[in-house]
Amino acid sequence: MSQVLLSLSGLTKAYPGVVANDDISFRIGAGEVHALLGENGAGKSTLVKMIYGLVKPDSGAMELRGRPYAPGEPRAARADGIAMVFQHFSLFDALNVAENIALGMENPPPMRDLAARIREVSETYGLPLDPFRTVGDLSAGERQRVEIIRCLLQDPKLLIMDEPTSVLTPQEVDILFETLRKLRGEGTSILYISHKLEEIRALCDTATILRLGKVVGTCIPRETTARDMAEMMVGSALKTPERSGRALGEVALDISGLSVPSPSAFGTALKNVHLTVQQGEIVGIGGVAGNGQEELLGVLSGEILTEAGAVKLMDRPIGRLGPTARRALGLLTAPEERLGHAAAPDMSLTENALLTGAVREKLVHNGFLRWGATRAFAERIIADFDVRTPGPDTAARALSGGNLQKFVIGREVLQNPQVLVVNQPTWGVDAAAAAAIRQALLDLAAGGAAVVCISQDLDELMEIADRFAALNEGRLSTPRPTAGLTVEEIGLMMGGAHGMEVAHV
Amino acid sequence: MIRLEKRPQPSQRWSMATPLVAVLATMLFGGLLFGVLGTNPLLAIETIFWEPLFGEFSFYYRPQLLVKGAPLVLIAIGLSLGFRAGIWNIGAEGQYIIGALTGAAVGLAFYPVEAWYIFPLMVIAGALGGWAWAMIPAFLKVRFGTNEILVSLMLVYVAEQFLASMSLGLLKNPEGFGFPGSRNLQQYESAHNADLIANSGMHWGVVAALIAVIFAYVLLNRHMLGFQIRLTGEAPRAARFAGVRPARLILLCLGISGALAGLAGLFEVSGPAGQVSIDFNVGYGFTAIIVAFLGRLHPVGILLAGGLMALTYIGGEIAQGQLGLPAAAIQVFQGMLLFFLLALDLLTNYRVAWRKPEVA
Repeated sequence: MSQVLLSLSGLTKAYPGVVANDDISFRIGAGEVHALLGENGAGKSTLVKMIYGLVKPDSGAMELRGRPYAPGEPRAARADGIAMVFQHFSLFDALNVAENIALGMENPPPMRDLAARIREVSETYGLPLDPFRTVGDLSAGERQRVEIIRCLLQDPKLLIMDEPTSVLTPQEVDILFETLRKLRGEGTSILYISHKLEEIRALCDTATILRLGKVVGTCIPRETTARDMAEMMVGSALKTPERSGRALGEVALDISGLSVPSPSAFGTALKNVHLTVQQGEIVGIGGVAGNGQEELLGVLSGEILTEAGAVKLMDRPIGRLGPTARRALGLLTAPEERLGHAAAPDMSLTENALLTGAVREKLVHNGFLRWGATRAFAERIIADFDVRTPGPDTAARALSGGNLQKFVIGREVLQNPQVLVVNQPTWGVDAAAAAAIRQALLDLAAGGAAVVCISQDLDELMEIADRFAALNEGRLSTPRPTAGLTVEEIGLMMGGAHGMEVAHV
Repeated sequence: MIRLEKRPQPSQRWSMATPLVAVLATMLFGGLLFGVLGTNPLLAIETIFWEPLFGEFSFYYRPQLLVKGAPLVLIAIGLSLGFRAGIWNIGAEGQYIIGALTGAAVGLAFYPVEAWYIFPLMVIAGALGGWAWAMIPAFLKVRFGTNEILVSLMLVYVAEQFLASMSLGLLKNPEGFGFPGSRNLQQYESAHNADLIANSGMHWGVVAALIAVIFAYVLLNRHMLGFQIRLTGEAPRAARFAGVRPARLILLCLGISGALAGLAGLFEVSGPAGQVSIDFNVGYGFTAIIVAFLGRLHPVGILLAGGLMALTYIGGEIAQGQLGLPAAAIQVFQGMLLFFLLALDLLTNYRVAWRKPEVA
């Protein structure tokens, strides 16, 4: 770490109305794993985009190996040895691994040579991957490997990783860390973006913490507690959601022997799913994304119909009922995809409040809309869930992801559901808002509702759920009480490492 | 370098302004076109836009505006509901023809009985005829997933053949000395859709168009079905999540647009046209698509757009007659209008940013 690879000094980038990065300076040493920590909206993405040449800073300068560095575009950044693995993959499902990698290259070699190089790199770094498999068939962890190998083929000096573990099982995380440690051993620097503090403590050498666009501290993660880091990130003492002892009531939701094909070509069919949720209970459903979570939500929301008896609400078969009828009976849902699924992007918040609130909030009278009542409902959501927006006339797409998520969850919670099913309730939401959403779910359960929380965030599930089950390739494991569940057990429920092996090199 | 940047919110101001800007741009480039064709551009524009309203013979042209505008508005209102929901009925021309045929057939079946109930029955038959013709693409789409654009469009040509066959065969005037075409409904009092005020051009079709505008406005702004239509168009997945049944919406939207197109056909055949003939249809069903978009799929906008379109029709005819402009030039002129409208529509959601290319 004696040598400095990249140094940033005084980087500033302002967007209309917000300073995303304000006078940011820090240094990344050669062969160092450097963590970039911060809440959503702290400015991590903007900063990384400047390093990768996607955004030009307003002021400030960067130096790479002592020389001025100002990439005009990602291609220039790559030419200087900087590579990036994005949080969202940019892969084509219908093409195979090698074709996908070739698409991202300036001058792709012949396919046979490329496949050989892919094999070579994947073996060296313990990332087994068949270059001729179709990407649509790969698990999320395997897709990430495609992205990593795509970067490693460029022989990078600095590898930027944006929230790489959000889609991985604990076992897959271990394998990824082995790979990253091996890269570090070879002198590659890694800029590791995450908000998972335990991971950062396990992997990173130094951490720079951002809050509201400014550097608020640096620390050596190994010598700092997770709680201290979290408080630096948030800027105040954290409030842990309180769970009070709850009395469980009757079985509110009963799924038995549920098997349905997925409506989309690269989706996952649900296979013989059994689950019961009692009143006052929160069941957490974990699992790597793309293992049937979306389908499970669709089956419960009524977008995918099943046999009548496969889904029962308070002992009443509802498998053939559509979304409106289910809402009337008290089964409410909040899908993962906010824009375009849970909310209509170009419609106002008032109209979006109507989207699911029509029946239970009595916003429709004889087919005619009660705009006054609808607006009042939207305003109530905005006030109760602290949605930051100029008002209910704002288009949904103008809200930040976290704010829209608060609106979507609030819209369902305020309708007093008997059963609430949420998918990724706190995805992309800042820590304070996430805590508020979790508290709302706990309060709902305390009030006697049954809650199903589908999430990729295991910490979240452990925090709020009474029982835990995992989806793996469309099968749901037998739910087990969360108390006393170990990380290894959870990992095995999630399907282990999906056939991966740890690098033994 | 010109760049387009997405606006965080759709711009209300541009949404209102684009139709005006599009009309101005059409005048400019249309004027250029007329100039190249050897006509004084200013005179041509004046003839098209001014003459029918305030010229020497406007007493004759003004009623014509209502006669031409009413079917356009009536059809476009129906189409706009479907277009809002992403359901593309391109075959209004066919539904218009069939509505005219079924309506006229009911009237002719009663000939020569005179009774008050004949015209209402014809209205119902016209609406049902258009509805039934639109149900063909609707049913095929719901049941087999066919593309409603293709099916409804191709059914226009089927309807045209049907029209020809009817005016030469079944509905031919038995006292017509063998000429093609039905009896003239203008001369059959119970079946005649006459001007409500003499020589005003104000026939039942105009009334129906105005009612349709109000109906559509209330539907889209105050009714759950209108909300579902808009939601389906803007975010189909969110619509399904909200509980909208796509099949029901397809049947409803195609049905309403078919019925309104059928009504327009019936009012035309029993009024201004008077008889079923081979060349009865003059493309209202297609022009209404332009009207629907020119009016931004908004009921009031469609009302204004229908008027504007009727103006270019009549003004275009005057220009052909007085200035010797070819009919094709008028059609190009109308095509420009749609082109500019759709192109400028971009400005509602995007802003144009001028900036120098950055040096890498």
